[in-house]
Amino acid sequence: MIREHPLYQLALSRMREFYREPEAVFWVFGFPIVLAFALGLAFRNTGPGKLQIGVARGPGDSALAATLDASPRLVATVLDTATARLRLRTGRIALLAIPGDPVIYRYDSTRTESGLARLAVDDVVQRARGRKDQVAVRDERAAAPGSRYIDFLIPGLLGMNLLGSGIWGVGFSVVQARQRKLLKRYMATPMRKSHYLLSFILSRLVFLIVEVVALVGFGWLLFGVAVRGSFASLAGITVLGSFSFAGLGLLVASRAKTIEGVSGLMNLVMLPMWILSGTFFSYSRFPDAMIPFVKALPLTALNDALRAVMIDGASVTTVGAPLAVVVAWGAVSFVIALQIFRWR
Amino acid sequence: MRERLGIQLQETQLADKLRVGEVLALFRSFYRQAHGVDEVLALVELEEKRKARVVTLSGGQKQRLAVACALVSKPDLLFLDEPTTGLDPQSRRQLWDIIRRFRAAGGTVLLTTHYMEEAERLCDRVAIMDHGKVIALGTPRELIASLGAEHVIEFTLADGAASEVVTDAVRGLNGVTAVRPAPAGGAGGAISLTVKELHRTLPALLTLLQQRQVELASLTTHHATLDDVFVALTGRQLRDT
Repeated sequence: MIREHPLYQLALSRMREFYREPEAVFWVFGFPIVLAFALGLAFRNTGPGKLQIGVARGPGDSALAATLDASPRLVATVLDTATARLRLRTGRIALLAIPGDPVIYRYDSTRTESGLARLAVDDVVQRARGRKDQVAVRDERAAAPGSRYIDFLIPGLLGMNLLGSGIWGVGFSVVQARQRKLLKRYMATPMRKSHYLLSFILSRLVFLIVEVVALVGFGWLLFGVAVRGSFASLAGITVLGSFSFAGLGLLVASRAKTIEGVSGLMNLVMLPMWILSGTFFSYSRFPDAMIPFVKALPLTALNDALRAVMIDGASVTTVGAPLAVVVAWGAVSFVIALQIFRWR
Repeated sequence: MRERLGIQLQETQLADKLRVGEVLALFRSFYRQAHGVDEVLALVELEEKRKARVVTLSGGQKQRLAVACALVSKPDLLFLDEPTTGLDPQSRRQLWDIIRRFRAAGGTVLLTTHYMEEAERLCDRVAIMDHGKVIALGTPRELIASLGAEHVIEFTLADGAASEVVTDAVRGLNGVTAVRPAPAGGAGGAISLTVKELHRTLPALLTLLQQRQVELASLTTHHATLDDVFVALTGRQLRDT
Protein backbone atom coordinates (compact mmCIF):
# COMPACT_ATOMS: atom_id res chain seq x y z
CA MET A 1 0.00 0.00 0.00
CA ILE A 2 2.78 2.41 0.92
CA ARG A 3 4.22 1.90 -2.55
CA GLU A 4 1.15 3.59 -3.96
CA HIS A 5 1.24 6.58 -1.64
CA PRO A 6 1.97 9.82 -3.51
CA LEU A 7 4.53 10.90 -0.93
CA TYR A 8 6.45 7.65 -1.35
CA GLN A 9 6.32 7.88 -5.14
CA LEU A 10 7.38 11.55 -5.16
CA ALA A 11 10.30 10.93 -2.82
CA LEU A 12 11.33 7.89 -4.84
CA SER A 13 11.30 9.90 -8.08
CA ARG A 14 13.37 12.57 -6.37
CA MET A 15 16.00 10.04 -5.35
CA ARG A 16 16.08 8.35 -8.73
CA GLU A 17 16.56 11.65 -10.50
CA PHE A 18 19.45 12.39 -8.16
CA TYR A 19 21.42 9.17 -8.21
CA ARG A 20 21.04 8.81 -11.97
CA GLU A 21 22.97 12.08 -12.34
CA PRO A 22 26.63 11.09 -11.86
CA GLU A 23 27.86 14.69 -11.59
CA ALA A 24 25.46 15.46 -8.78
CA VAL A 25 26.54 12.33 -6.93
CA PHE A 26 30.18 13.34 -7.19
CA TRP A 27 29.63 16.88 -5.95
CA VAL A 28 27.58 15.73 -3.00
CA PHE A 29 29.50 12.65 -1.90
CA GLY A 30 32.87 12.56 -3.66
CA PHE A 31 33.94 16.18 -3.44
CA PRO A 32 33.88 16.57 0.38
CA ILE A 33 35.89 13.37 0.70
CA VAL A 34 38.47 14.55 -1.82
CA LEU A 35 38.64 17.86 0.06
CA ALA A 36 39.04 16.15 3.44
CA PHE A 37 41.76 13.91 2.01
CA ALA A 38 43.74 16.79 0.48
CA LEU A 39 43.47 19.03 3.55
CA GLY A 40 44.19 16.13 5.90
CA LEU A 41 47.41 15.44 4.00
CA ALA A 42 48.46 19.07 3.83
CA PHE A 43 48.00 19.69 7.56
CA ARG A 44 49.09 16.34 8.94
CA ASN A 45 51.12 16.43 12.18
CA THR A 46 54.75 15.49 11.46
CA GLY A 47 56.28 16.70 14.74
CA PRO A 48 58.49 19.74 14.96
CA GLY A 49 60.62 20.22 11.86
CA LYS A 50 64.40 20.74 11.89
CA LEU A 51 65.64 24.32 12.14
CA GLN A 52 68.19 25.58 9.59
CA ILE A 53 71.10 27.34 11.23
CA GLY A 54 73.92 29.22 9.50
CA VAL A 55 77.46 29.37 10.97
CA ALA A 56 79.60 32.30 9.80
CA ARG A 57 82.98 31.38 8.28
CA GLY A 58 85.80 32.17 10.70
CA PRO A 59 88.00 30.62 13.37
CA GLY A 60 86.20 27.76 15.14
CA ASP A 61 83.35 27.58 12.58
CA SER A 62 83.53 23.86 11.85
CA ALA A 63 83.66 22.96 15.55
CA LEU A 64 80.57 25.06 16.26
CA ALA A 65 78.74 23.65 13.24
CA ALA A 66 79.51 20.09 14.31
CA THR A 67 78.22 20.77 17.83
CA LEU A 68 74.97 22.27 16.53
CA ASP A 69 74.51 19.58 13.89
CA ALA A 70 74.71 16.89 16.57
CA SER A 71 71.42 18.17 18.02
CA PRO A 72 68.42 16.32 16.57
CA ARG A 73 66.52 19.56 16.06
CA LEU A 74 69.16 21.55 14.22
CA VAL A 75 70.87 21.46 10.83
CA ALA A 76 73.98 23.67 10.68
CA THR A 77 75.79 24.88 7.55
CA VAL A 78 78.99 26.93 7.35
CA LEU A 79 78.42 29.98 5.12
CA ASP A 80 80.51 32.98 4.02
CA THR A 81 79.27 36.41 5.12
CA ALA A 82 77.45 37.44 1.93
CA THR A 83 75.57 34.14 1.52
CA ALA A 84 74.69 34.05 5.22
CA ARG A 85 73.23 37.53 5.07
CA LEU A 86 71.13 36.67 2.02
CA ARG A 87 69.83 33.44 3.52
CA LEU A 88 68.96 35.11 6.79
CA ARG A 89 67.08 37.85 4.98
CA THR A 90 65.12 35.39 2.84
CA GLY A 91 64.30 33.14 5.78
CA ARG A 92 66.16 30.10 4.51
CA ILE A 93 68.11 30.01 7.76
CA ALA A 94 66.43 30.83 11.05
CA LEU A 95 69.54 32.12 12.76
CA LEU A 96 73.17 32.94 11.99
CA ALA A 97 75.69 31.97 14.68
CA ILE A 98 79.06 33.79 14.56
CA PRO A 99 81.74 31.83 16.43
CA GLY A 100 84.08 33.71 18.81
CA ASP A 101 83.94 35.00 22.32
CA PRO A 102 81.22 35.93 22.84
CA VAL A 103 79.30 33.77 20.36
CA ILE A 104 76.97 36.09 18.48
CA TYR A 105 73.40 35.07 17.43
CA ARG A 106 72.01 37.13 14.61
CA TYR A 107 68.29 36.64 13.97
CA ASP A 108 64.97 38.40 13.43
CA SER A 109 63.27 38.36 16.83
CA THR A 110 59.82 38.84 15.26
CA ARG A 111 59.99 35.44 13.54
CA THR A 112 58.65 32.64 15.74
CA GLU A 113 60.99 30.17 14.12
CA SER A 114 64.02 32.36 14.81
CA GLY A 115 63.01 32.74 18.44
CA LEU A 116 62.85 28.98 18.75
CA ALA A 117 66.21 28.68 17.02
CA ARG A 118 67.75 31.14 19.49
CA LEU A 119 66.65 28.97 22.43
CA ALA A 120 67.66 25.68 20.83
CA VAL A 121 71.08 26.90 19.64
CA ASP A 122 71.92 28.54 22.97
CA ASP A 123 70.87 25.37 24.78
CA VAL A 124 73.25 23.27 22.66
CA VAL A 125 76.10 25.77 22.93
CA GLN A 126 75.83 26.12 26.73
CA ARG A 127 75.62 22.35 27.26
CA ALA A 128 78.67 21.83 25.06
CA ARG A 129 80.53 24.19 27.39
CA GLY A 130 79.52 22.07 30.38
CA ARG A 131 76.21 23.49 31.66
CA LYS A 132 74.24 20.87 33.58
CA ASP A 133 70.42 20.53 33.66
CA GLN A 134 69.14 21.05 37.19
CA VAL A 135 65.74 19.38 36.82
CA ALA A 136 64.86 16.13 35.01
CA VAL A 137 62.22 16.67 32.29
CA ARG A 138 60.39 14.53 29.70
CA ASP A 139 58.61 15.55 26.46
CA GLU A 140 55.04 14.51 25.68
CA ARG A 141 53.61 15.26 22.24
CA ALA A 142 49.98 16.39 22.19
CA ALA A 143 49.11 15.14 18.71
CA ALA A 144 46.39 12.86 20.02
CA PRO A 145 43.21 12.46 17.93
CA GLY A 146 40.79 15.22 18.83
CA SER A 147 43.20 18.13 18.76
CA ARG A 148 44.46 17.97 15.18
CA TYR A 149 43.34 20.06 12.22
CA ILE A 150 41.61 17.12 10.60
CA ASP A 151 39.50 16.65 13.76
CA PHE A 152 38.40 20.26 13.41
CA LEU A 153 37.90 19.92 9.67
CA ILE A 154 35.70 16.81 9.37
CA PRO A 155 32.71 18.21 11.35
CA GLY A 156 33.02 21.46 9.39
CA LEU A 157 33.00 19.60 6.07
CA LEU A 158 30.00 17.61 7.26
CA GLY A 159 28.13 20.84 7.99
CA MET A 160 29.14 22.36 4.67
CA ASN A 161 28.07 19.21 2.86
CA LEU A 162 24.65 19.22 4.51
CA LEU A 163 24.22 22.86 3.48
CA GLY A 164 25.34 22.24 -0.09
CA SER A 165 23.32 19.14 -0.75
CA GLY A 166 20.25 20.62 0.93
CA ILE A 167 20.30 23.77 -1.12
CA TRP A 168 21.45 22.23 -4.39
CA GLY A 169 19.39 19.09 -4.11
CA VAL A 170 16.18 20.94 -3.42
CA GLY A 171 16.83 24.15 -5.35
CA PHE A 172 17.81 22.62 -8.66
CA SER A 173 15.01 20.04 -8.73
CA VAL A 174 12.34 22.60 -7.94
CA VAL A 175 13.50 25.11 -10.53
CA GLN A 176 14.01 22.43 -13.16
CA ALA A 177 10.47 21.15 -12.59
CA ARG A 178 9.17 24.71 -12.84
CA GLN A 179 11.14 25.42 -16.01
CA ARG A 180 9.94 22.21 -17.66
CA LYS A 181 6.34 23.08 -16.71
CA LEU A 182 6.18 19.92 -14.62
CA LEU A 183 4.92 21.90 -11.63
CA LYS A 184 2.09 23.19 -13.80
CA ARG A 185 1.33 19.64 -14.90
CA TYR A 186 1.28 18.41 -11.29
CA MET A 187 -1.10 21.22 -10.42
CA ALA A 188 -3.57 19.72 -12.88
CA THR A 189 -3.64 16.50 -10.84
CA PRO A 190 -5.14 16.08 -7.36
CA MET A 191 -1.57 15.92 -5.94
CA ARG A 192 -1.27 17.77 -2.62
CA LYS A 193 1.23 20.61 -2.58
CA SER A 194 2.38 19.61 0.88
CA HIS A 195 3.21 16.13 -0.42
CA TYR A 196 5.33 17.62 -3.14
CA LEU A 197 7.33 19.78 -0.73
CA LEU A 198 7.60 17.05 1.90
CA SER A 199 8.99 14.63 -0.65
CA PHE A 200 12.12 16.78 -0.87
CA ILE A 201 12.63 16.59 2.85
CA LEU A 202 12.08 12.84 2.89
CA SER A 203 14.52 12.15 0.09
CA ARG A 204 17.05 14.44 1.76
CA LEU A 205 16.76 12.29 4.86
CA VAL A 206 17.74 9.16 2.95
CA PHE A 207 20.74 10.81 1.30
CA LEU A 208 21.73 12.34 4.62
CA ILE A 209 22.48 8.88 6.02
CA VAL A 210 24.77 8.14 3.09
CA GLU A 211 26.50 11.52 3.35
CA VAL A 212 27.19 11.27 7.09
CA VAL A 213 28.36 7.67 6.93
CA ALA A 214 30.63 8.38 3.97
CA LEU A 215 32.37 11.41 5.46
CA VAL A 216 32.57 10.29 9.09
CA GLY A 217 33.61 6.79 8.00
CA PHE A 218 36.29 8.24 5.75
CA GLY A 219 37.68 10.46 8.53
CA TRP A 220 37.72 7.54 10.93
CA LEU A 221 39.36 5.05 8.56
CA LEU A 222 42.06 7.31 7.15
CA PHE A 223 42.78 9.79 9.92
CA GLY A 224 41.34 8.10 13.00
CA VAL A 225 38.84 10.94 13.52
CA ALA A 226 36.58 9.55 16.22
CA VAL A 227 33.07 10.55 17.26
CA ARG A 228 33.47 11.19 20.98
CA GLY A 229 29.80 11.86 21.65
CA SER A 230 26.98 9.41 20.97
CA PHE A 231 25.96 8.48 17.45
CA ALA A 232 22.38 9.23 18.40
CA SER A 233 23.35 12.85 19.14
CA LEU A 234 25.22 13.06 15.84
CA ALA A 235 22.23 11.61 14.00
CA GLY A 236 19.82 14.01 15.71
CA ILE A 237 21.91 17.06 14.87
CA THR A 238 22.46 16.08 11.24
CA VAL A 239 18.75 15.41 10.75
CA LEU A 240 17.84 18.83 12.14
CA GLY A 241 20.54 20.45 10.02
CA SER A 242 19.37 18.67 6.92
CA PHE A 243 15.72 19.68 7.44
CA SER A 244 16.77 23.24 8.06
CA PHE A 245 18.84 23.45 4.87
CA ALA A 246 16.12 21.78 2.82
CA GLY A 247 13.82 24.57 4.02
CA LEU A 248 16.43 27.13 3.01
CA GLY A 249 16.71 25.40 -0.38
CA LEU A 250 12.95 25.64 -0.89
CA LEU A 251 13.03 29.32 -0.01
CA VAL A 252 15.87 29.98 -2.47
CA ALA A 253 13.97 28.12 -5.19
CA SER A 254 10.49 29.39 -4.37
CA ARG A 255 10.36 32.11 -7.04
CA ALA A 256 13.25 31.53 -9.45
CA LYS A 257 12.21 30.65 -12.99
CA THR A 258 15.56 29.63 -14.46
CA ILE A 259 18.48 27.47 -13.42
CA GLU A 260 20.80 30.45 -13.96
CA GLY A 261 18.71 32.59 -11.65
CA VAL A 262 18.60 30.04 -8.87
CA SER A 263 22.34 29.30 -9.19
CA GLY A 264 23.14 32.91 -8.41
CA LEU A 265 20.82 32.89 -5.40
CA MET A 266 22.32 29.66 -4.11
CA ASN A 267 25.84 31.01 -4.28
CA LEU A 268 24.68 34.17 -2.56
CA VAL A 269 23.40 32.07 0.32
CA MET A 270 26.21 29.53 0.52
CA LEU A 271 29.47 31.38 -0.18
CA PRO A 272 29.33 33.75 2.83
CA MET A 273 28.60 30.82 5.11
CA TRP A 274 31.47 28.73 3.73
CA ILE A 275 33.83 31.52 4.69
CA LEU A 276 32.23 32.88 7.86
CA SER A 277 30.87 29.78 9.53
CA GLY A 278 34.13 28.19 10.63
CA THR A 279 34.26 25.37 8.12
CA PHE A 280 37.96 25.53 7.36
CA PHE A 281 39.18 27.77 10.19
CA SER A 282 37.77 28.97 13.49
CA TYR A 283 35.42 31.95 13.21
CA SER A 284 37.06 33.40 16.34
CA ARG A 285 39.56 34.91 13.90
CA PHE A 286 36.95 37.43 12.81
CA PRO A 287 36.68 40.76 14.70
CA ASP A 288 34.69 40.57 17.92
CA ALA A 289 31.99 42.85 16.54
CA MET A 290 31.20 40.30 13.81
CA ILE A 291 30.96 37.25 16.06
CA PRO A 292 27.28 37.61 17.11
CA PHE A 293 26.30 37.93 13.45
CA VAL A 294 28.46 34.95 12.47
CA LYS A 295 26.98 32.87 15.28
CA ALA A 296 23.46 33.60 14.04
CA LEU A 297 24.15 31.87 10.72
CA PRO A 298 22.68 28.37 10.47
CA LEU A 299 25.91 26.76 9.29
CA THR A 300 27.88 28.27 12.20
CA ALA A 301 25.35 26.91 14.65
CA LEU A 302 25.37 23.49 13.01
CA ASN A 303 29.17 23.36 12.92
CA ASP A 304 29.37 24.33 16.60
CA ALA A 305 26.92 21.60 17.54
CA LEU A 306 28.69 18.99 15.39
CA ARG A 307 32.09 19.86 16.84
CA ALA A 308 30.78 19.81 20.38
CA VAL A 309 29.50 16.27 19.86
CA MET A 310 32.29 14.87 17.68
CA ILE A 311 35.34 16.47 19.34
CA ASP A 312 34.26 17.27 22.90
CA GLY A 313 31.88 14.36 23.33
CA ALA A 314 29.05 16.66 24.38
CA SER A 315 25.52 15.28 24.49
CA VAL A 316 22.76 16.71 22.35
CA THR A 317 21.18 18.44 25.35
CA THR A 318 24.17 20.73 25.88
CA VAL A 319 24.01 22.17 22.36
CA GLY A 320 20.44 23.43 22.64
CA ALA A 321 21.29 27.03 21.78
CA PRO A 322 22.96 26.39 18.39
CA LEU A 323 20.32 23.79 17.53
CA ALA A 324 17.60 26.35 18.24
CA VAL A 325 19.29 28.64 15.70
CA VAL A 326 19.37 25.80 13.15
CA VAL A 327 15.70 24.90 13.67
CA ALA A 328 14.58 28.54 13.60
CA TRP A 329 16.22 29.11 10.22
CA GLY A 330 14.62 25.98 8.81
CA ALA A 331 11.14 26.71 10.15
CA VAL A 332 11.10 30.36 9.09
CA SER A 333 12.42 29.54 5.59
CA PHE A 334 9.89 26.76 5.13
CA VAL A 335 6.95 28.94 6.16
CA ILE A 336 8.02 31.83 3.92
CA ALA A 337 8.72 29.42 1.05
CA LEU A 338 5.18 28.00 1.33
CA GLN A 339 3.73 31.51 1.20
CA ILE A 340 5.61 32.78 -1.83
CA PHE A 341 6.12 29.53 -3.76
CA ARG A 342 5.45 29.92 -7.50
CA TRP A 343 3.67 26.80 -8.72
CA ARG A 344 3.68 27.73 -12.42
CA MET B 1 -12.87 17.82 -10.64
CA ARG B 2 -9.17 17.04 -11.02
CA GLU B 3 -9.89 13.39 -10.27
CA ARG B 4 -12.02 13.19 -13.43
CA LEU B 5 -9.79 15.21 -15.70
CA GLY B 6 -6.84 13.99 -17.74
CA ILE B 7 -4.53 16.66 -19.14
CA GLN B 8 -1.67 16.70 -21.59
CA LEU B 9 0.07 20.06 -21.84
CA GLN B 10 2.09 20.91 -24.90
CA GLU B 11 5.01 22.46 -23.02
CA THR B 12 5.42 19.85 -20.25
CA GLN B 13 8.70 17.95 -20.34
CA LEU B 14 8.67 14.89 -18.12
CA ALA B 15 11.76 14.05 -16.04
CA ASP B 16 14.43 12.69 -18.39
CA LYS B 17 16.07 10.40 -15.89
CA LEU B 18 12.99 8.44 -14.93
CA ARG B 19 11.81 5.31 -16.70
CA VAL B 20 8.47 5.21 -18.47
CA GLY B 21 6.98 2.83 -15.90
CA GLU B 22 8.23 4.99 -13.03
CA VAL B 23 6.65 8.16 -14.43
CA LEU B 24 3.30 6.40 -14.72
CA ALA B 25 3.59 4.88 -11.22
CA LEU B 26 4.16 8.43 -9.93
CA PHE B 27 1.17 9.92 -11.76
CA ARG B 28 -1.19 7.10 -10.82
CA SER B 29 -0.32 7.59 -7.14
CA PHE B 30 -2.04 11.00 -7.22
CA TYR B 31 -5.47 9.51 -7.97
CA ARG B 32 -7.93 7.52 -5.90
CA GLN B 33 -8.92 5.48 -8.96
CA ALA B 34 -6.36 4.69 -11.58
CA HIS B 35 -5.30 2.26 -14.24
CA GLY B 36 -2.41 -0.07 -13.50
CA VAL B 37 0.86 0.87 -15.16
CA ASP B 38 0.66 -2.11 -17.52
CA GLU B 39 -2.94 -1.33 -18.43
CA VAL B 40 -2.23 2.26 -19.40
CA LEU B 41 0.92 1.28 -21.27
CA ALA B 42 -1.22 -1.08 -23.33
CA LEU B 43 -3.66 1.78 -24.03
CA VAL B 44 -0.91 3.83 -25.67
CA GLU B 45 1.07 0.85 -27.04
CA LEU B 46 4.24 1.59 -25.11
CA GLU B 47 4.54 -1.78 -23.36
CA GLU B 48 8.01 -2.52 -24.65
CA LYS B 49 9.27 0.89 -23.45
CA ARG B 50 8.31 0.32 -19.83
CA LYS B 51 11.95 0.17 -18.68
CA ALA B 52 13.26 2.85 -21.06
CA ARG B 53 14.29 6.22 -19.70
CA VAL B 54 12.20 9.15 -20.87
CA VAL B 55 15.23 10.80 -22.48
CA THR B 56 15.64 7.89 -24.91
CA LEU B 57 12.07 8.11 -26.28
CA SER B 58 11.28 9.54 -29.70
CA GLY B 59 9.03 12.58 -30.03
CA GLY B 60 6.00 10.43 -30.76
CA GLN B 61 6.70 8.08 -27.87
CA LYS B 62 7.14 11.01 -25.47
CA GLN B 63 3.81 12.40 -26.63
CA ARG B 64 2.13 9.04 -26.11
CA LEU B 65 3.65 8.88 -22.62
CA ALA B 66 2.25 12.35 -21.90
CA VAL B 67 -1.16 11.12 -23.04
CA ALA B 68 -0.71 8.00 -20.89
CA CYS B 69 -0.11 10.26 -17.87
CA ALA B 70 -3.42 11.94 -18.72
CA LEU B 71 -5.22 8.62 -19.21
CA VAL B 72 -3.89 6.90 -16.10
CA SER B 73 -6.57 8.40 -13.85
CA LYS B 74 -9.42 6.85 -15.94
CA PRO B 75 -10.66 10.38 -16.72
CA ASP B 76 -14.10 11.25 -18.10
CA LEU B 77 -12.69 14.30 -19.82
CA LEU B 78 -9.38 14.25 -21.66
CA PHE B 79 -7.76 17.58 -22.50
CA LEU B 80 -5.12 17.41 -25.23
CA ASP B 81 -3.10 20.46 -26.19
CA GLU B 82 -1.75 20.07 -29.73
CA PRO B 83 -0.91 16.42 -29.17
CA THR B 84 0.44 15.76 -32.65
CA THR B 85 2.39 18.96 -33.32
CA GLY B 86 5.76 18.15 -34.81
CA LEU B 87 5.14 14.42 -35.14
CA ASP B 88 5.71 12.23 -38.17
CA PRO B 89 2.61 10.83 -39.98
CA GLN B 90 3.04 7.39 -38.40
CA SER B 91 3.11 8.77 -34.85
CA ARG B 92 0.15 11.03 -35.59
CA ARG B 93 -1.93 8.09 -36.68
CA GLN B 94 -0.99 6.17 -33.54
CA LEU B 95 -2.16 9.10 -31.42
CA TRP B 96 -5.38 9.39 -33.41
CA ASP B 97 -6.06 5.72 -32.72
CA ILE B 98 -5.55 6.29 -28.98
CA ILE B 99 -7.97 9.21 -29.06
CA ARG B 100 -10.56 7.25 -31.07
CA ARG B 101 -10.41 4.31 -28.64
CA PHE B 102 -10.90 6.67 -25.69
CA ARG B 103 -13.90 8.20 -27.44
CA ALA B 104 -15.32 4.82 -28.35
CA ALA B 105 -15.11 3.85 -24.65
CA GLY B 106 -17.39 6.79 -23.83
CA GLY B 107 -14.86 9.48 -22.94
CA THR B 108 -15.02 13.12 -23.92
CA VAL B 109 -12.00 14.72 -25.57
CA LEU B 110 -11.18 18.40 -25.76
CA LEU B 111 -8.48 18.82 -28.34
CA THR B 112 -6.63 21.85 -29.66
CA THR B 113 -4.81 21.56 -32.95
CA HIS B 114 -3.46 23.52 -35.88
CA TYR B 115 -4.15 20.63 -38.22
CA MET B 116 -7.61 21.02 -39.79
CA GLU B 117 -7.37 17.51 -41.13
CA GLU B 118 -6.97 16.26 -37.57
CA ALA B 119 -10.00 18.20 -36.36
CA GLU B 120 -12.04 16.95 -39.32
CA ARG B 121 -11.15 13.32 -38.66
CA LEU B 122 -11.46 13.24 -34.87
CA CYS B 123 -13.96 15.83 -33.78
CA ASP B 124 -17.73 15.91 -33.45
CA ARG B 125 -17.77 19.61 -32.87
CA VAL B 126 -15.16 22.13 -33.96
CA ALA B 127 -14.63 25.69 -32.78
CA ILE B 128 -12.32 27.84 -34.87
CA MET B 129 -10.52 30.44 -32.83
CA ASP B 130 -8.82 33.57 -34.07
CA HIS B 131 -7.11 36.03 -31.75
CA GLY B 132 -8.65 34.33 -28.73
CA LYS B 133 -12.23 34.52 -30.04
CA VAL B 134 -14.42 31.72 -31.32
CA ILE B 135 -15.28 32.75 -34.88
CA ALA B 136 -17.07 29.56 -35.95
CA LEU B 137 -18.61 26.62 -34.15
CA GLY B 138 -20.25 23.48 -35.45
CA THR B 139 -19.72 19.98 -36.77
CA PRO B 140 -17.04 19.72 -39.45
CA ARG B 141 -19.86 19.14 -41.99
CA GLU B 142 -21.73 22.28 -40.92
CA LEU B 143 -18.62 24.38 -41.07
CA ILE B 144 -17.76 23.19 -44.55
CA ALA B 145 -21.32 23.74 -45.64
CA SER B 146 -21.10 27.30 -44.29
CA LEU B 147 -18.63 28.05 -47.06
CA GLY B 148 -21.62 27.74 -49.36
CA ALA B 149 -19.61 25.55 -51.67
CA GLU B 150 -18.46 22.01 -51.93
CA HIS B 151 -15.36 22.38 -54.05
CA VAL B 152 -12.23 24.42 -54.28
CA ILE B 153 -10.33 25.22 -57.47
CA GLU B 154 -6.81 26.53 -57.15
CA PHE B 155 -4.80 27.68 -60.13
CA THR B 156 -1.70 29.68 -60.95
CA LEU B 157 -0.96 31.53 -64.16
CA ALA B 158 2.13 30.94 -66.24
CA ASP B 159 3.27 34.57 -66.50
CA GLY B 160 1.42 35.86 -63.44
CA ALA B 161 1.41 39.42 -64.77
CA ALA B 162 -2.28 39.46 -65.70
CA SER B 163 -3.51 37.78 -62.53
CA GLU B 164 -5.40 40.82 -61.25
CA VAL B 165 -7.37 41.16 -64.45
CA VAL B 166 -8.26 37.49 -64.30
CA THR B 167 -9.25 37.69 -60.63
CA ASP B 168 -11.98 40.21 -61.40
CA ALA B 169 -13.20 38.26 -64.36
CA VAL B 170 -13.57 34.97 -62.52
CA ARG B 171 -15.72 36.57 -59.85
CA GLY B 172 -18.47 36.79 -62.43
CA LEU B 173 -18.37 33.14 -63.38
CA ASN B 174 -21.42 31.01 -62.71
CA GLY B 175 -21.37 29.25 -59.29
CA VAL B 176 -18.32 30.99 -57.80
CA THR B 177 -19.04 31.88 -54.17
CA ALA B 178 -15.67 33.28 -53.15
CA VAL B 179 -12.37 34.27 -54.68
CA ARG B 180 -9.12 34.47 -52.81
CA PRO B 181 -6.73 36.28 -55.09
CA ALA B 182 -2.99 35.98 -55.18
CA PRO B 183 -1.27 38.47 -52.85
CA ALA B 184 -0.94 41.86 -54.53
CA GLY B 185 2.22 42.06 -56.63
CA GLY B 186 3.10 38.45 -55.89
CA ALA B 187 3.51 37.12 -59.37
CA GLY B 188 2.67 33.48 -59.81
CA GLY B 189 0.60 33.26 -56.60
CA ALA B 190 -2.31 30.86 -56.52
CA ILE B 191 -5.86 32.06 -57.04
CA SER B 192 -8.38 30.03 -55.13
CA LEU B 193 -12.11 29.74 -55.97
CA THR B 194 -14.76 28.10 -53.89
CA VAL B 195 -17.50 26.78 -56.16
CA LYS B 196 -20.81 24.96 -55.82
CA GLU B 197 -20.64 22.80 -58.89
CA LEU B 198 -17.29 21.83 -60.24
CA HIS B 199 -18.61 20.46 -63.55
CA ARG B 200 -20.16 23.83 -64.47
CA THR B 201 -17.58 26.27 -63.24
CA LEU B 202 -14.45 24.49 -64.39
CA PRO B 203 -15.24 24.54 -68.17
CA ALA B 204 -16.32 28.17 -67.86
CA LEU B 205 -13.03 29.02 -66.18
CA LEU B 206 -10.99 27.28 -68.87
CA THR B 207 -12.90 29.07 -71.59
CA LEU B 208 -12.33 32.41 -69.89
CA LEU B 209 -8.60 31.81 -69.62
CA GLN B 210 -8.48 30.79 -73.28
CA GLN B 211 -10.26 34.00 -74.32
CA ARG B 212 -7.81 36.10 -72.31
CA GLN B 213 -5.00 34.09 -73.84
CA VAL B 214 -3.29 33.35 -70.52
CA GLU B 215 -1.66 30.04 -69.87
CA LEU B 216 -2.15 27.93 -66.77
CA ALA B 217 0.88 26.91 -64.74
CA SER B 218 -1.11 24.61 -62.50
CA LEU B 219 -4.69 23.77 -61.63
CA THR B 220 -6.00 21.57 -58.84
CA THR B 221 -9.43 20.86 -57.48
CA HIS B 222 -10.52 19.25 -54.22
CA HIS B 223 -13.48 18.84 -51.96
CA ALA B 224 -13.80 21.71 -49.54
CA THR B 225 -12.18 20.86 -46.18
CA LEU B 226 -11.91 22.51 -42.77
CA ASP B 227 -8.64 23.91 -44.06
CA ASP B 228 -10.58 25.96 -46.59
CA VAL B 229 -13.02 27.03 -43.91
CA PHE B 230 -10.17 28.13 -41.68
CA VAL B 231 -8.43 30.07 -44.42
CA ALA B 232 -11.68 31.64 -45.58
CA LEU B 233 -12.69 32.70 -42.07
CA THR B 234 -9.37 33.94 -40.76
CA GLY B 235 -8.53 35.47 -44.15
CA ARG B 236 -11.75 37.50 -44.14
CA GLN B 237 -11.08 38.44 -40.56
CA LEU B 238 -7.69 39.81 -41.53
CA ARG B 239 -9.10 41.89 -44.36
CA ASP B 240 -11.70 43.39 -42.02
CA THR B 241 -9.16 44.69 -39.54
